[in-house]
Amino acid sequence: MSELTAPVAPPAGTAPVVFKQRRGIELVLILVAQSLGWGGYILTGLNRDNAFPAHWLPVTIAWFGVGVALHLVVRWRTPYADPVLLPCVFALVGIGQAALYRFTLDFDKVSEGGRFSERSQIIALFLGLAGCCAILIWLRNLRRLNAYPYVLSAAAVVLLLLPLVPGLGWEVNGSRIWIHLGPFSLQPAEIAKLVLAASFAGYLTENRELLASGGRRLLGFRLTRVRDIAPLLVMWGVSLVIIVGQRDLGTALLFFGLIVLMLYVSTGQLRWIVIAAGLGLGGSLAAWRLFGHVQQRVAYWLHPEDFPDGAYQIITAQYGMSVGGLAGAGWGLGWPYMTPYYFNDMIAPSLVEEIGVAGLMGIVVIYGLIAFRGLRMALQAKDPFTKLFAAGLSFGFLLQTFAIIGGSTRLLPLTGLTCPFLSQGGSSMIANWLLAGLLLVTSHEVRRPVDLVEVDLADERTMTIDVRQLRHLFSGQAAPLLDVPADLVKEDDAAAGPERDETIALPPPGGLS
Amino acid sequence: MNRQIRLVSLVAALMVFALLGNLTYFTVARQQDLEAQPENVRTVYSEFDRQRGQILAGDTVIAETVPAAATDERFDRQRVYPQGSLYAHITGYYSFVYGTRGIENSYDAYLAGTDPTQAMKSLVQEWNGETPAGATVQTTIDPKLQQVATEQLGQAEGAIVVLDPATGAVKAMVSTPSYDPNLLATHDFDALAASWAELIADPTKAMVNRAARDVFPPGSTAKLITAAAALKAGYTPDTLIDTPSSIQLPNSDKWLPNASACGNGQQTFAFALAMSCNTSFANLGRALGADALQQQAELFGFNSTHFDDLGDAPSRYFTRVDDSGNLVAVHPDDAQVMMSAMGQWEIAASPLQMAMVAATIVNGGLRMDPYVVEKATAADGTVLYEHEATSVQAMSEADAKTLMTMMQGVVEWGTGTAAQIPGVTMGGKTGTAEWEEGEQPYAWYVGYATDPNVVVCVFIQSASVEATDMASGALAGPILRNVIQATRPA
Repeated sequence: MSELTAPVAPPAGTAPVVFKQRRGIELVLILVAQSLGWGGYILTGLNRDNAFPAHWLPVTIAWFGVGVALHLVVRWRTPYADPVLLPCVFALVGIGQAALYRFTLDFDKVSEGGRFSERSQIIALFLGLAGCCAILIWLRNLRRLNAYPYVLSAAAVVLLLLPLVPGLGWEVNGSRIWIHLGPFSLQPAEIAKLVLAASFAGYLTENRELLASGGRRLLGFRLTRVRDIAPLLVMWGVSLVIIVGQRDLGTALLFFGLIVLMLYVSTGQLRWIVIAAGLGLGGSLAAWRLFGHVQQRVAYWLHPEDFPDGAYQIITAQYGMSVGGLAGAGWGLGWPYMTPYYFNDMIAPSLVEEIGVAGLMGIVVIYGLIAFRGLRMALQAKDPFTKLFAAGLSFGFLLQTFAIIGGSTRLLPLTGLTCPFLSQGGSSMIANWLLAGLLLVTSHEVRRPVDLVEVDLADERTMTIDVRQLRHLFSGQAAPLLDVPADLVKEDDAAAGPERDETIALPPPGGLS
Repeated sequence: MNRQIRLVSLVAALMVFALLGNLTYFTVARQQDLEAQPENVRTVYSEFDRQRGQILAGDTVIAETVPAAATDERFDRQRVYPQGSLYAHITGYYSFVYGTRGIENSYDAYLAGTDPTQAMKSLVQEWNGETPAGATVQTTIDPKLQQVATEQLGQAEGAIVVLDPATGAVKAMVSTPSYDPNLLATHDFDALAASWAELIADPTKAMVNRAARDVFPPGSTAKLITAAAALKAGYTPDTLIDTPSSIQLPNSDKWLPNASACGNGQQTFAFALAMSCNTSFANLGRALGADALQQQAELFGFNSTHFDDLGDAPSRYFTRVDDSGNLVAVHPDDAQVMMSAMGQWEIAASPLQMAMVAATIVNGGLRMDPYVVEKATAADGTVLYEHEATSVQAMSEADAKTLMTMMQGVVEWGTGTAAQIPGVTMGGKTGTAEWEEGEQPYAWYVGYATDPNVVVCVFIQSASVEATDMASGALAGPILRNVIQATRPA
């Protein structure tokens, strides 16, 4: 509800909602979740060599130590954070790390392209954990992210387009999504995802009324002014540039989808989806007509058997899944390395091969849980920025997961994206830990009990405004004309216009007396 | 905004359900089909590394799985054939790249432990961390006979089949030249490819099991079929048959001569068989007609297959193979019937088929379909598979006895005396097939010995002899004799 409720005591006879911290449950869940990946790691050793992996003891101590440490940071800085988030993340990270360790055992059977540096992966994991802690410790007020929406937007676009810069960008397997930074290589799109969610949440919080109500009406449709729709057009343009210049269909779809979603949530108008669908469809059609690789992707998806070379990745991944079946071959007992990119884009089929369809279903459910906890935060949040930011982050996270797991299991055409927390890739690992940190902070803010203050009602009475009267007077244009604190009228959907008839929930005067 | 967020949550839920639904659909509709695809290398890998069961001949291990060499990076286990090329046509091979053949192919599910009765147990063993082991397959092969028969053929291209006429059990099955299945089971893929290329290009076709999976003109051994049909039609061994020194084929200017000392007049049925008189059998064939001959041939097993254990090519009697590999009927004219009755026209038989003909006669007219796999036994001793006999009464018991006796003449004083063993009651029928002008003829000798009953078919593809039954008998006779000798208690 509106922020006005915060400093005011609740009506007599009711108590404010106070979320339980449930940190103890969280610790138990973290340990349970961590043992999934740990079990995979140990079973790999047992299945392959009938012995525990070589460094199992230090690895075990470090792994569970990290879980407990992060839990303690949460307990210290964000004690009201959602207790389910971190266990879900640890389950995914553990399974992913176990799979990557297990993949290294087959490096003697694959060519150079089939290998990766496990060391870098572990370094990335610790950098990600450090980043997550940093967010927990220093980013206490989410609205600090709301300070410079335009700068952040520009930063996101720059990050997205960075790989196209000659000399900096770097093409791998036909996609130009990497940049070189000294000895490191980065996928800037991974970080851009977070920056964009923050910048758009900020931008839309400021401008959503304009987007919702600006422009003239024509034949019952409201025409949006070009100036209002500009950010959408810019993002659309950037997406097309990404498809064409970086040949990265997945990232383009992800960002475009994220923007459309946030526009819809902030304005409450389905027309954004229609407009975006039109733009997206037009763009896709143009891409389809102009660029062979888009057509190929779809053809490989529909009829992989007709393209034994081009669709080899999909075919062999399906074969791998068929061998895994419902229960999987067991950790370390499959042949995931036979599928190209088995350790990043195709990690979902690789996991099916060894932990089965049942295992992947569990993973999908965990992803769903993270997204739903995020969306729940968005529902519970009190201010529009937090709502938008949480919804954007969680839906974007799920959209990426949906695209890559769906693509690699033949639900959708395959677009190259990393599978959050599972896939090999340092940028992805770090970015997703940052995302986890942001969600934790958000949930802490949302669930934290408000500070109750004693209010002298006599003093406060003058501040009570009957908004219904305001509405009546200005029929929807109320807020900007009066010098009324914006928070009072910028209530959910109030900006949607006069056709909506919602009473705005202010503390009833009776409740105050 | 909450309404929108709720709608977004619904979309998110749909996305999760789409992923789960797709995985369910995959498991229900696609998984089995994909797993069975021959292109699915992983299936091959997963089966290739199993603890496959042994194949035994008597107590002799002819195929087994042993721990792979320490240098083997891909696999833990290695299939080996301790007897090398001796049993190649029976065991077949188990190759990573080139599939399977022989018992390795036809009894794969038992050997691998994936047949329905074993599958559940294997699953339990896997859960318990044990290595599930496939079943042991026991063959009917007598190692001693297999050895002797192989030695007897030596360098010749040919085949020997030894049958127990009472059961149809294959006691020995040799096809020469043979090959070493270890070359195809190796995990050294470069060497494997080289061996395969060499075997495929081999002009002597060492990988073909001539004993069962190829058919040849049977020559005069086909006279046994004509004789059986004649007995059924009421002929007796003493019936006199016109036997001119040569006979003109109807509607033809071609004259058919006798190839052996049959005179120029009439001979008894018994003499005509023992001396393989062509003109007698030509006349018999004309008198009996195409239908009676074909019916008898089919009762003996022609025009169909009977040997699923290793797979057999159907022997053909008045049929040919069309372009798509199916048997289609041909309708012979009188001349063709006469030639077929003595074994010279469009008929073709595998050595196994001719052994079946003789075994049926020895077994009182009851044709026992041949088999080489006795049983499959799980590691815990459970019998998972046991051969079940199938049989057909191909001729009356009386006719069979009569024909069996008539066949003795061949060995005692006819075209096949080279096979005689003093003190042993034996019978048989020799054959020579000229299959192409100027090429070496095929030599056949199918014979039996009694007490214990055994039937042997000797087939020599590269017989450097003149095209007479006497010559074939002289070439194949000693081989038949030595093999039969080996079947007898020392």
